[in-house]
Amino acid sequence: MRFGGIVALDDISFDVGHREICGLIGPNGSGKTTLFNCISGFYRFPRGDIVLDGVSLAGMPRHRIAGLGIGRTFQNVALFRSMSVRDNLLVGAHHLGRTGFIANALRAGGVRTEARTAAERCGELLALLDLNEVAGTVVAALPFGTQKRVELARALMGGPRLLLLDEPAGGLNHEEVAALGELIRRIRAHFALSVLLVEHHMNLVMSVSDKVVALEFGRKIADGTPAEVRAEPEVIRAYLGDGGND
Amino acid sequence: MRAPLLIIALLLAAAVLPPIFASGYQLFQLTLVAAYAVAILGLNLVTGFNGQVSLGHGAFFAVGSYVTAILMDRWDVPYWATLPPAALICAALGFLIGLPALRLGGLYLALTTLALAAATPQILKYRLLESWTGGVQGIVILKPDAPFGLKLSGDAWLYLFTLAVATLLFALTANLVRGRIGRAMIAIRDQPLAAEAMGIDLAMFKTRTFAVSAMLTGVAGSLAAVAIGFVSPDSFSAALSITFFVGMVVGGGASIAGAVFGAAFIQFVPNIADQVSKSAPGAVYGVILIACIFLLPQGVAGLLRHTKRA
Repeated sequence: MRFGGIVALDDISFDVGHREICGLIGPNGSGKTTLFNCISGFYRFPRGDIVLDGVSLAGMPRHRIAGLGIGRTFQNVALFRSMSVRDNLLVGAHHLGRTGFIANALRAGGVRTEARTAAERCGELLALLDLNEVAGTVVAALPFGTQKRVELARALMGGPRLLLLDEPAGGLNHEEVAALGELIRRIRAHFALSVLLVEHHMNLVMSVSDKVVALEFGRKIADGTPAEVRAEPEVIRAYLGDGGND
Repeated sequence: MRAPLLIIALLLAAAVLPPIFASGYQLFQLTLVAAYAVAILGLNLVTGFNGQVSLGHGAFFAVGSYVTAILMDRWDVPYWATLPPAALICAALGFLIGLPALRLGGLYLALTTLALAAATPQILKYRLLESWTGGVQGIVILKPDAPFGLKLSGDAWLYLFTLAVATLLFALTANLVRGRIGRAMIAIRDQPLAAEAMGIDLAMFKTRTFAVSAMLTGVAGSLAAVAIGFVSPDSFSAALSITFFVGMVVGGGASIAGAVFGAAFIQFVPNIADQVSKSAPGAVYGVILIACIFLLPQGVAGLLRHTKRA
């Protein structure tokens, strides 16, 4: 993956196993977000391949990514601002629906069944993410931490096999981060899905991940269990040497 | 925003009463309100709900009007039978306009559709189309009488007919926007990237929304043409498109019920302005409009929403 003459991602290869939580770390500009955007279909990548359960994502139109079983959240929260929490979640189930314009205008039988299924799933997720009290509130009026939970719930509405989390701890306070780690593990257990977690917050990544991949300047510098990656000299240099953060 | 069914039923019952007491001219005005309401509903679907700003919906209104007039004038098609072909032609046209609209965002789309509105009267006057459109003269169509030997005046019948068609279209549109499709339309307006990540096909939704929108406004044109009994190019100037836009904003963006208020506004406020000042009705209209926007920034529908909550 290149931007102009800059190689943003160079020969990176790793696997995320079924029901595995994989943390993706690296200093600013290391290519985490670029990689994330390639997987979510936001960027087209000219070479290489990303494969989900045997299906290649290369050249896949963006709106078909959800249907393959990939759900995502956004770094700066990208909710549908004018809608209620409940409606945001229901949009998350969009790709599970099949009814079109005419069936909806006529309120045909399939529409009601579909709406009922989505409403049930929505109810479950509202409860699981502790959003019942704000279900009818317009999301723009909610605090940032709550908006992030809404986004997580929306991503889960589509029933993903792989959940992509882009800096979920960004903007959260200390207690919220601790709760988030717990929540990610609970979600994995409850929905039996894999998680790819891009995150700056070292403690969160190291405590929640089964496996960690570290990037620097678009290359992979380490890949293994949290303990292994933490002990890797290149990682220590990248983080504790000059220009490191966290 | 779903008004309880009881309120809707009461309003409908009230809407059926005017033929008992209203004059022929008043009924004609109310018929136009019903037609304009459908036109504004169409515009609101694509602009209010879906966020694609159109300043050219007068063009679809014109096409609907002319399809009806030409079919009635040349082929003696009964007025009611002209509605489906007008709907189909306008839907196809809306779909085609929706394709370039995909590449044009915001203000550029607004300007492009405004150009369409500005070109409409000229296209209708075009010499090669004159044998169909009647050129500058337009087409006179006969006002239908009440069918089945009903003891109703032509005006009363036409009002009830237009009201029935409008009610049907409002019901279908309300169904459309309250479920999966409507949520997708709003999602695209609010946050297109996230909408795509939820599996919404932007191109498909935007072009189809444009088509449905154009279809509604086109049928509104048909209804108005029958009520007025006459179509001519200069009734479809760019000002008409702007008028619909004003009606949408005054009624309330992304509101189904708002379209009715917007229609009443564009039908009656110019008359009121005329009564206030014969010499400068435009200025009075402008003042009333500015006052409305100041007092009701979210339109009449927004006001109703607030009073309900309070």
